[in-house]
Amino acid sequence: MSAATGYSFAYLDEQTKRMIRRAILKAIAVPGYQVPFASREMPMPYGWGTGGVQVTASIIGPDDVLKVIDQGSDDTTNAVSIRKFFARTAGVATTTKTREATVIQTRHRIPEAKLGEHQILVYQVPIPEPLRFLEPRETETRRLHALADYGLMHVKLYEDIARHGHIATTYAYPAEVAGRYVMDPSPIPKFDNPKMDMCEALQLFGAGREKRIYAVPPCTRVRSLDFEDHPFTVQSFREPCALCAATGVYLDEVVLDDRGGRMFVCSDTDFCEERRADGHRGHLLGEAPAAIAGEAGDA
Amino acid sequence: MRETNRVRAMPDAPLLSAESLTKFYGPRLGCADVSFDLHEGEVLAVVGESGSGKSTLLSLLSTELAPSRGAVRYRMRDGSVRDLNALTEAERRFLLRTDWGFVRQDAREGLRMGVSAGANVGERLMAVGDRHYGRIRATALDWLGRVEIEAARIDDTPQSFSGGMRQRLQIARNLVTRPRLVFMDEPTSGLDVSVQARLLDLIRGLVAELGLAVVIVTHDLAVARLLSHRIMVMRQGRVIETGLTDQVLDDPREAYTQLLVSSVLAA
Ligand SMILES: Nc1ncnc2c1ncn2[C@@H]1O[C@H](COP(=O)(O)OP(=O)(O)OP(=O)(O)O)[C@@H](O)[C@H]1O
Ligand SMILES: [Mg+2]
Repeated sequence: MSAATGYSFAYLDEQTKRMIRRAILKAIAVPGYQVPFASREMPMPYGWGTGGVQVTASIIGPDDVLKVIDQGSDDTTNAVSIRKFFARTAGVATTTKTREATVIQTRHRIPEAKLGEHQILVYQVPIPEPLRFLEPRETETRRLHALADYGLMHVKLYEDIARHGHIATTYAYPAEVAGRYVMDPSPIPKFDNPKMDMCEALQLFGAGREKRIYAVPPCTRVRSLDFEDHPFTVQSFREPCALCAATGVYLDEVVLDDRGGRMFVCSDTDFCEERRADGHRGHLLGEAPAAIAGEAGDA
Repeated sequence: MRETNRVRAMPDAPLLSAESLTKFYGPRLGCADVSFDLHEGEVLAVVGESGSGKSTLLSLLSTELAPSRGAVRYRMRDGSVRDLNALTEAERRFLLRTDWGFVRQDAREGLRMGVSAGANVGERLMAVGDRHYGRIRATALDWLGRVEIEAARIDDTPQSFSGGMRQRLQIARNLVTRPRLVFMDEPTSGLDVSVQARLLDLIRGLVAELGLAVVIVTHDLAVARLLSHRIMVMRQGRVIETGLTDQVLDDPREAYTQLLVSSVLAA
């Protein structure tokens, strides 16, 4: 019980946390398998990361350092409010620096910096079932997973190629975990899929509304599905980040004015700021509005 | 010597054997004591009035329903004879989409209406592990051609297909893995007469060309006459007459079959 707030440590009561930890342990034991759990009401609406928040609440300890990102940014309302929530209910230290964090809760991105074995990445998941698109019946999708019957996943990719000439799925790109279960990695860009493969950090996925938890243990094979003649590829960007000149990272397009002015900048704001602090300078660094360049912008 | 004899005897062994198949839905009888052998390349028509147990029998044969009594034995591709109700779920599914086909009366049950014709045909290939898009598509195109669907429709969903086209697509989707046995439940009913005739021709051609064994349920004796070698007449859940199709239809023994045949001729 936290004296300051009257809440249990990290909001959830101990019994609930134990129940969620059991689900997490099971998820780690069966990589990629969706473990049902009794999702609790959280003081935020579904669709705001209630699954991720419950997972984080169940694993976080007083010595942890928490980072929360939303689409790569630490500064969005959603990220800020989840960070504050844990600062208040668990009294934990928070950070925006990927390197310093021990627990990183994320919506829609994996940080650019390589994660280490001392870290846990918690994903907020809206729809955990990768087969849902083609098979709405839950009883049937469960059976398909049980039998590793994943032809349907390829039907979806086939449809993509037939329609667009290439696999057009760019988010929530399905991947096979440890050679067995196929999972939906949540709506991260497929650019991030390779980062899940053999990642040293533990990866936990929490879906609040759908009451599912799944996991990728450290150093586990994660293979994005594809065809022999249409192999999986990630997005590539024509120009480097306009602020920090980074290449080979995921960039967001930012519209600068209503005359078609725009630029491409790192989606991972911490990564970008750190590079600028190290002296890397992109071609638009001096011109970018402060709101985009952030504190570390044009110091 | 013995060994050779056994191997030689193999082609004569039935592909499928039904033994006293019986199904009760609670107290109501679905079908009772149905026994028969089906050999490779043989077409068996099951005819009878509405409620006589035809669909029930088909569901028992295809393992969609478990029998209350009796068994179905099937000779697998490796030659071993298996009791179908003892198969694991994985084996059963594998059988269903490799060695078997099931053409439904309602194409919406047999197709994925939300995905393209090409994907409908390609699904079984992907399910058994084909991971080469170009090859899957080429095979799908080939099969669309064989069931007389224009190549240009390959990326359309069956939603935009006519009833006859849907049935033909269902057939392509089922035959793409070269099954040895196909179940059909009233595949031509609900289509108008000219479309029916064309579909029957197509089925007849493919069955002969591929040497398929077929169990086809119909209450249309003309369909039975055109497609089947043997016929089984059912009434109130029981088989009341069985034999070579022409013999049964030309010279029915049972009064009920006589009535059935004459009423068709009269109609
Ligand atoms: N799911 C079910 N529950 C209860 N009774 C059933 C069920 N399915 C079929 N029956 C009954 O079993 C008997 C045989 O039905 P079945 O559907 O096999 O007949 P059918 O010959 O296919 O008829 P139709 O020509 O109308 O399709 C009927 O008395 C029917 O009412
Ligand atoms: Mg029926």
